[in-house]
Amino acid sequence: MTRPDAPKTHPADDKGRLTGRSVARREDPRLLSGRGRFVDDIALPGMLHAQFVRSTVAHGEIASVDLTAVREVPGVVAAFTAEDLELTDITAELGRPRSEFVPTAMPVLARDRVRYVGEPVAIVVARDAYAAEDGLEAAKVRYTTLPPVTSENEALAPGAPLVHEEATRNTLVDVSLFATEGIDEVFDAAECVVHVESRTGRQNALPLETRGAVAHWDDREEQLVLNTCTQVPHQVRTVASRCLRLDERAVRVVVPDMGGGFGQKCVVGREEIAAAAAALRLRRPVKWIEDRKDALSASFLAREQHYDVRAAFDADGHILGLDADVVCDMGAYSCYPFTAGIEPLMASAEMPGVYKVPAYRVRGRAVTTNKAPTAPYRGVSRPQYVMVMERLFERAARELGLDAVEIRRRNVITEFPYTGVNNITYDPGSYLESLDLCERLVKDEGWYEKQAAAAAEGRYLGIGYSCFSERTGYGSTAFAQRKMQVVPGFDISEVRMDTSGAVTVTSGTMSHGQSHETTFAQIVADELGLELGKVKLHQGDTDRVTYGYGTFASRSVTIGGSAVRIAAAKLGEKLCRIAAALWETEPAEVELTRGGVRRKDGSDPAFLTYEELADIAYLRAHLLPRDIEPGLSATATFDVFNDGTFSNATHAVVVELHQGTGQVEILRYVCVEDCGVAINPQVVEGQCRGGIAQGIAGALFEQVTYDAQGEPSATSFMDYKVPTAHEIPDVLIHHLETPCTFNETGAKGAGEGGTIGAPAAVLNAVNDALRPTAVELDHTPITPETVHRALNLEPTS
Amino acid sequence: MTTTPDNLLLLTLNVNGEEHEVITEPRRTLVDVLRHDLRLTGTHVGCEHGICGACTVLVDDRPARACLMFAAQAEGARIRTVESLADPATGELNDLQRSFTEHHGLQCGFCTPGFLMLADGFLAERPEATKEEIREVVAANLCRCTGYQTIVEAIDSCATARRAGCAKTCTAIEETACS
Repeated sequence: MTRPDAPKTHPADDKGRLTGRSVARREDPRLLSGRGRFVDDIALPGMLHAQFVRSTVAHGEIASVDLTAVREVPGVVAAFTAEDLELTDITAELGRPRSEFVPTAMPVLARDRVRYVGEPVAIVVARDAYAAEDGLEAAKVRYTTLPPVTSENEALAPGAPLVHEEATRNTLVDVSLFATEGIDEVFDAAECVVHVESRTGRQNALPLETRGAVAHWDDREEQLVLNTCTQVPHQVRTVASRCLRLDERAVRVVVPDMGGGFGQKCVVGREEIAAAAAALRLRRPVKWIEDRKDALSASFLAREQHYDVRAAFDADGHILGLDADVVCDMGAYSCYPFTAGIEPLMASAEMPGVYKVPAYRVRGRAVTTNKAPTAPYRGVSRPQYVMVMERLFERAARELGLDAVEIRRRNVITEFPYTGVNNITYDPGSYLESLDLCERLVKDEGWYEKQAAAAAEGRYLGIGYSCFSERTGYGSTAFAQRKMQVVPGFDISEVRMDTSGAVTVTSGTMSHGQSHETTFAQIVADELGLELGKVKLHQGDTDRVTYGYGTFASRSVTIGGSAVRIAAAKLGEKLCRIAAALWETEPAEVELTRGGVRRKDGSDPAFLTYEELADIAYLRAHLLPRDIEPGLSATATFDVFNDGTFSNATHAVVVELHQGTGQVEILRYVCVEDCGVAINPQVVEGQCRGGIAQGIAGALFEQVTYDAQGEPSATSFMDYKVPTAHEIPDVLIHHLETPCTFNETGAKGAGEGGTIGAPAAVLNAVNDALRPTAVELDHTPITPETVHRALNLEPTS
Repeated sequence: MTTTPDNLLLLTLNVNGEEHEVITEPRRTLVDVLRHDLRLTGTHVGCEHGICGACTVLVDDRPARACLMFAAQAEGARIRTVESLADPATGELNDLQRSFTEHHGLQCGFCTPGFLMLADGFLAERPEATKEEIREVVAANLCRCTGYQTIVEAIDSCATARRAGCAKTCTAIEETACS
């Protein structure tokens, strides 16, 4: 990738370039020695501890809340209801007509009505967390129960109870984004029409560190300081200031080390705002740390979707049309800032994926139910629609007698840029190459022979593939198309050199395991020709970082990294100008080199170190010409004004099904991925492996279930099966590199691909193994019970 | 232990070779006392019901869930936490910690202290552990970031290096003995 404004000789072009190298993580020493600082590690003088009285009913009017006995429990300092705190509601909006989108207010603490089990009704503050829990026991809340709505079918049924009075038929979002003219005729004339009806289980993104916050009022700064584990610090600041009716400058959100997020922490939670309100009331620091029971049942959930999709094919297996109906169960409230539109809009816009689909019709709906609300979760809808697309191709291949890989080969996009039927322009990727290579790796390891041998022994061994691309690097334009009222996209970065020549860089993105401290330092170090140790990243502090949209949608290196790189380049330009002025020559006659600025003609003195330049810029600024300001800092903003970039991958899985137990055992996992320039390949591989583990978890294990009364049944790790090292296989990863040409790093996002590709590949592999039976499975999680039943069915005549 | 008024206990805990006196309620868990009373915050809390293993510490050299023990139960035992692994004088990481960084065996780092203490206790007991045995032990704890592969590789690589180091020392001793 060449930037138009890149200096002709660039320090990064010298030997010792860090981009593309798996340099050791700068985060590791503190995290490995117990010196990481997570939110629960924060302790402030006089700090109190909060817990929440939570609704025990899924749907009901609050008849009364009596906290008298709570306040008498030893150790309890205070207890507040919504009425006590008088907070403004959290409301996320889309700029769509009322027929398409119904905004719903999410009160910080429930007023009048509760809409899911676990909804916070009151906050109890005590001298320690144990006493706060004692306090919860003494709360007396009476409800007039209402009939709960616990599935999307119930929600959409005529005459169903309404979760929000303003949302008729319990529908928060109902959009028909595309409807190609003549699509019905396409289906009528098609050689082959296949249908997939698919459901995916409700999941918990499940960061190992639960949510939490420590809030206090800082008298000296006249600020509320809210330490919280969030992926979106500036958006939390906005909501906190609005709910608490403070100027935004009077709120400082600080994010310490974070134990994962995966999307669950990219929305604003009610509890952190309530804890902040309690801290303001009491003028004492208040800590809230979510326990695992609450995290499993009452935090933001994800993924529960229902797809009803038909695809038309010609006799050669070319797809002719796609007709989709998507319903997402969003739970009780719209999350801020994304709204309940996040999942149906993602699915509707991007479902054709890597395939050349000529005709497309889609309806996407978000329904509200009496279940915990949902947030984006790693991959957002793509794990689901990719699964459906890949099932459609497998089914068509079977009907037409084609090889499962060959039918994909005939349909993947091979000419770029490609503008799809969904009006999205795809930048160059390696869709066909990754498919071919992935198939070859599986063949080279002899898995097809092993499958034949297994079949001869009556064992059920299956091989499954999935192909997908993943839009990342969404700029403002792409998010604006969704009509979000808060439009993420740009990021701002500042690079500052101090008097010793060391550099501090800020980013509005927020690492929660993705190694930003290392990769962002690699980018800056390369740009300026510095050693890695000379660069330090500041993130997650709204007072230190100008503005940013945090980390989600794999936007960190693509957008945030680009802002970082431009800011570093600007600082480099200033250093060159200073050196040129000191040498009484033109900036064009000097250039950055490793550790300083050199004269192109090599005349004496040929070189000034950054330390020397920094010393002059700050401590002897009288040496600078009038037109150069003292100090060394530069700020840059980066945004993308097209459809974003697309990383892509092909995954292959080999599974064996066990007839006696119904267990699905993964024997092999191969991933060929292309995320453009990999700043740190080891970090990219880590993202792939972790993502694949979460994808397998969704395919085979994890599900949040509710009973008919809306009571969640998985409230501990005894009931919610998170896979361990036993269930997650080693993964072979092969990288391809098609650089992004319109951002500054050449990188495409790498955070979500694993999670997107795994469910489809696993489901296809299971179905491949089930070929001797009459059964095809289209739902996840694939339970042992389902597999056992399929394998032990009497053959149908 | 001594019982005080207000149902408080005076405990003496030996943590990382140091004696600590703590006044606490009998119901307080070991992990809360370590984290909040002794301010050894390296040990983390992930589930409070013994499944995730983020709170794993060594109690008399064996891995134990600090969320499933009352602090009072740990009196008289030798407790070791993640803070004990690096060189106390220089802060230099030990071989197991270095192996985790070399293999990218951590991402967010929240579960990491638990895995380190699990592995430290296990390798002390079974230095000859195979990679499969290591994988089996690693399955005791949950990680949400890595997919486990690099954790298993980090521990296996450390065990292999320790054995090679040991073999070298033994060979050297034998050679000396022979000469």
